[in-house]
Amino acid sequence: MNALPWLDPARVERLTEALARRILVLDGAMGTMLQSYKLDETGYRGARFAEGRDAHAGHAHHGPGCDLKGNNDLLTLTQPDIIRAVHRAYLDAGADLIETNTFNATAISQADYHLEHLVYELNREGARLARACCAEVEAAMPGQPRFAVGVLGPTSRTASISPDVNNPGFRNVSFAELAAAYAEAARGLLDGGADALMIETVFDTLNAKAAVFAIGEEFARRGGRVPVMISGTITDRSGRTLSGQTVEAFYYSLRHARPLAVGLNCALGASELRPYVDALAQVAECHVSVHPNAGLPNAFGEYDETPEQMAATIGEFAASGWVNLVGGCCGTTPAHIRAIAAAVRDVPPRTLPGTGAAAA
Amino acid sequence: MNRAARYTRLAGLEPLVLTPELNFVNIGERTNVTGSAQFRKLIKEGRYEEAVEVARQQVASGAQMLDVNMDEGLIDAEAAMTRFLNLIAAEPDIARVPIMVDSSKWSVIEAGLRCLQGKGVVNSISLKEGEAAFLEQARKVLAYGAAVVVMAFDEHGQADTKARKVEICTRAYRLLTERVDFPPEDIIFDPNVFAIATGIEEHNRYAVDFIEAAREIKATLPHCHVSGGVSNVSFSFRGNETVRQAIHSVFLYHAIKAGMDMGIVNAGALPIYDDLDPELRERVEDVVLDRRPDATERLLEIAARYKAGSRDAGLAAREKQAWRDQPVAERLTYALVHGIDEFVEADTEEARRQFARPLEVIEGPLMAGMNVVGDLFGAGKMFLPQVVKSARVMKKAVAYLIPFIEEEKARSGEVHKSNGKIVLATVKGDVHDIGKNIVGVVLRCNNFEVIDLGVMVPAQKILDTARAERADMIGLSGLITPSLDEMSHIAREMQRQRFALPLLIGGATTSRAHTALKIEPHYAAPTVWVKDASRAVGVAQTLVSKDLVDDFLARVRAEYAEIRERHKDRGPAKRLVSLEQARAHGFGGNWETYTPPAPNRPGLTVFDDYPLAELVERIDWTPFFATWELSGRHPQILDDAVVGAQARELFRDANDMLARIVAEKWLTAKGVIGFWPAARVGDDVEVFSPLPSGEGLAADRRLAKAEPSPAPSGHPLPAGEGKARFHFLRQQADKPPGRPDFCLADFIAPQDSGVRDWIGAFAVTAGLGIEAKLAEFERAHDDYSAILLKALADRLAEAFAERLHERVRKEFWGYAADEALSNEELIAERYRGIRPAPGYPACPDHTEKATLFALLDATRHTGIRLTESYAMYPAAAVCGWYFSHPDSQYFVVGRISREQVEEYAKRKKWTLPEAERWLAPILDYDPE
Repeated sequence: MNALPWLDPARVERLTEALARRILVLDGAMGTMLQSYKLDETGYRGARFAEGRDAHAGHAHHGPGCDLKGNNDLLTLTQPDIIRAVHRAYLDAGADLIETNTFNATAISQADYHLEHLVYELNREGARLARACCAEVEAAMPGQPRFAVGVLGPTSRTASISPDVNNPGFRNVSFAELAAAYAEAARGLLDGGADALMIETVFDTLNAKAAVFAIGEEFARRGGRVPVMISGTITDRSGRTLSGQTVEAFYYSLRHARPLAVGLNCALGASELRPYVDALAQVAECHVSVHPNAGLPNAFGEYDETPEQMAATIGEFAASGWVNLVGGCCGTTPAHIRAIAAAVRDVPPRTLPGTGAAAA
Repeated sequence: MNRAARYTRLAGLEPLVLTPELNFVNIGERTNVTGSAQFRKLIKEGRYEEAVEVARQQVASGAQMLDVNMDEGLIDAEAAMTRFLNLIAAEPDIARVPIMVDSSKWSVIEAGLRCLQGKGVVNSISLKEGEAAFLEQARKVLAYGAAVVVMAFDEHGQADTKARKVEICTRAYRLLTERVDFPPEDIIFDPNVFAIATGIEEHNRYAVDFIEAAREIKATLPHCHVSGGVSNVSFSFRGNETVRQAIHSVFLYHAIKAGMDMGIVNAGALPIYDDLDPELRERVEDVVLDRRPDATERLLEIAARYKAGSRDAGLAAREKQAWRDQPVAERLTYALVHGIDEFVEADTEEARRQFARPLEVIEGPLMAGMNVVGDLFGAGKMFLPQVVKSARVMKKAVAYLIPFIEEEKARSGEVHKSNGKIVLATVKGDVHDIGKNIVGVVLRCNNFEVIDLGVMVPAQKILDTARAERADMIGLSGLITPSLDEMSHIAREMQRQRFALPLLIGGATTSRAHTALKIEPHYAAPTVWVKDASRAVGVAQTLVSKDLVDDFLARVRAEYAEIRERHKDRGPAKRLVSLEQARAHGFGGNWETYTPPAPNRPGLTVFDDYPLAELVERIDWTPFFATWELSGRHPQILDDAVVGAQARELFRDANDMLARIVAEKWLTAKGVIGFWPAARVGDDVEVFSPLPSGEGLAADRRLAKAEPSPAPSGHPLPAGEGKARFHFLRQQADKPPGRPDFCLADFIAPQDSGVRDWIGAFAVTAGLGIEAKLAEFERAHDDYSAILLKALADRLAEAFAERLHERVRKEFWGYAADEALSNEELIAERYRGIRPAPGYPACPDHTEKATLFALLDATRHTGIRLTESYAMYPAAAVCGWYFSHPDSQYFVVGRISREQVEEYAKRKKWTLPEAERWLAPILDYDPE
């Protein structure tokens, strides 16, 4: 897959050129922004799902339906203006890359809502929407290219951890099932025009390996590829992923994807992530990204690190020469992204080790 | 990092980077059905648990990678590979190493690759079926993200001479690097290890051919590796394990020098080249290096001498106990690392007889063992419960030696030199000591002398002890918020009394910020906040190290100074609203439409001896694991990749002890609950006596028999002064419309609403009688069990509170008679009504416990006492209020303004400084 040409060499060149010049800024949380709209069930359903089933699908989806509230990915179809507004808010805050609203848009995660049939459409429309927002803002401010990053989330299952304590050898999802689910999502994202793909919030590396495998096959089918980014999640201060790997082991296990960037996001706040960003920056041959949560959740599960606090810590990462891409995850808002963008504006990006093999 | 180097980077849960310094990588060979009869038997009979133990044994004896092979005619190899790899993935001490998926069938290899989260190795692919198949498989290996072993095998067969080996490997290398862009560092050649000394003359050069081929391959094909299945070479001596291992050792000695840098070996069994019997080594060397024509005969001549009993199927059991055959020092280390106290006295006695003085046993083998424990713990390879178990072994060994040491001391006058002496105490007014005890254990493990003064220790006693004992440092611990103030007080006292000892601060409510702002400024000597038990050793060792202490303290002081600076310029991060605004913004309660339920059983109900068995199933285990610094939610933690094994062991120990607590009645649980008419007055709640019909004491036994009495039809709205008044604090956050600024009083109907409402309260303990058992453990030098018991008593008290709350909802108050929730749902608080506790976020003022205890007459009914800081003793106790309002919820009061503190002081009849002291942690301003 690595020998394949870029699907859109001009876009990739703009991206790598920007990465060579400065630290790029990713967007912040989608979910946190969507919560502030306080949508109810009717809001989530929009016109198309008003009956609790898909009015566009034929006979296959009759029945009582199920609650769709909380299915944020569905809003791409039912409330596109809201998603657009969130993308715009992050672009206005200075984000160079925005992430598509497709975190849960895989057959495995959408099965919870009986909406597996929407997966391709959710991804295609999610990418299309983000790409259109980028194009608009780019047209207004041509000096700063903006990129739509197609997000492949972790799914709700883990390929290397048993859900049954009494049966450690059991798995409720297989590599093949994951690869199939990721392939479908990737097809939609690529058809929708995603500039890059990001496998993110990786808490089980085997899930991510299935995604890499699926993407590779999809690239081969198209005879071309887009840059791939990978971002893992350190779940607690043991410094391990949920599936037990250290940061170094995580990177070595996914290095075969020859990613444009590898990084860490979610679960911890920036200051808790510090030693792991450092460790990753020491070993990664590609660009390094980090988009932490706005601190650790408080007693209500809310995040309350202020933009200033978070930007100060991320500014330190930048000053330490550890990062190439920075942004925010749970609890972050456009105010956080604006502060982070300001904190890294004049700091040179991390230099890649050795030859420029990383992005090849 | 050497950034230009193209090292092979493999990974299990942990990385394995093949740097030149590694020299040689041992690949465990016994998880291979073709190579191990025992493993084959286990797999064929479906005894996977035992098969997993074989893997564990391999890693424990030094295998840096595991070769897994299931190729046997009667085994469904794809299924067996999947099942076995999934099982070992759940064992962190096995899964930490990379896996080599070994099969001659591609489908089995692919099944294996689909189970590996790490970067493993495929063993193997070759040119046997031609270039097309070879390249297709190589592409797949790349897509799965693995390294690959390439056998020196082509369309014409397996390479046996040096020339053929080099030719095939060179061809494969070119194809891989040029045609599929395969990273050369991920190519591992296996140039075929064949049996020597078979009696067939052509076979004599096989070892030499391998060694010479390895030399040439490493010299001409950059970045690649050379590996091989070592045991093949000695195949003709099967049955004679000693000679076989000697051949392996000699073969490896020469092959590694030539460039072989990996091998499938029985890592545990390999003798050291220099340790071989010289005669045997010479004759083996003749065979391996093909140095004389009669080499095989000469080796056969002496081989019979070395023939011992063959390795049989009881191998695993033997290997398990093999540590008992080690020299005594190693046995002690093993026992310490594995927390096995079964043989410790006998081993200690044996060691004592070997050393001139008993003290040398402690300073020699025991300390060496504890250093291994310390290193493993420091590296995150051991977890807290294991360390506490190790400490138990250490303590038993030391206890055994003490009489001998005393005797020796009486003779010579010499004493054992420790790393340093620390005085530990839970401060006055506080009774919580689990964390402090763990710190004590961990420090003792690291050769610190620990003087533990226990709980509720007055400042002067701590200082006097430190002086009298000439301690090197003092460690203070506390859990409840008033303890923070006591710690500041001790720091001031230390300054006033001109102490210069380092002061360590720890405990759940302490923080770096509090230490920097409120403790360190009062004491000129070093003051350091210690986050948890895991950090305690590092800090203590640094403080007694002449080389490290200055840098460390400079760093800590700078850090604290910076925190103070930042705090000073903090400004109004989140502005508070005025008390008036917050009240206007309070929670409404819908009193126009909502009628509060009256309790079925007003007044007090006492539970004199609550059945413990009923509480066991209500335990919320997640905080229990947190106590032991194992992070994760129960039950998922039991399957956690990192701490799972440890969590399971701890969980088993806990359940064993729980069974005995219940069966042998180690603990007694007592509780009292009460309900009274109540009315909100501002942010206070006025409590009235129930009507005579419900007044008085209802014993639980009586109640259980009695029909539930019909709900009283209500009570006339009480007038005038009540029997008690609770005081609550209100949130003052600037919140958007629709999100009220809560105060607990909001959940009770206001006096002027005309609505009749009730409030409930409870106090429970499950810690009565704990002292006797703790003393027993102390006598047995068993800190592990003592800490375990305290942690379990805490959990039982919480479970008691949870269980009673449920019964209150269903029976005693009875507003949710048909509630049916699972334990998970209960833990997730999916029910109506709350039971907030004084000292917790919704009511941060601990002193409210006094009113609560008076109303419940709690000390008389339950035996729980309040300390001067309003901690409860026994520590395994919970008290709080019951609110029934359907919209009542837990919240965090958060910061409060001076205006509210002044008003609260008036309501509590306190002076302003008194109020500021009790509310110190939540003040939004600096009173000083």
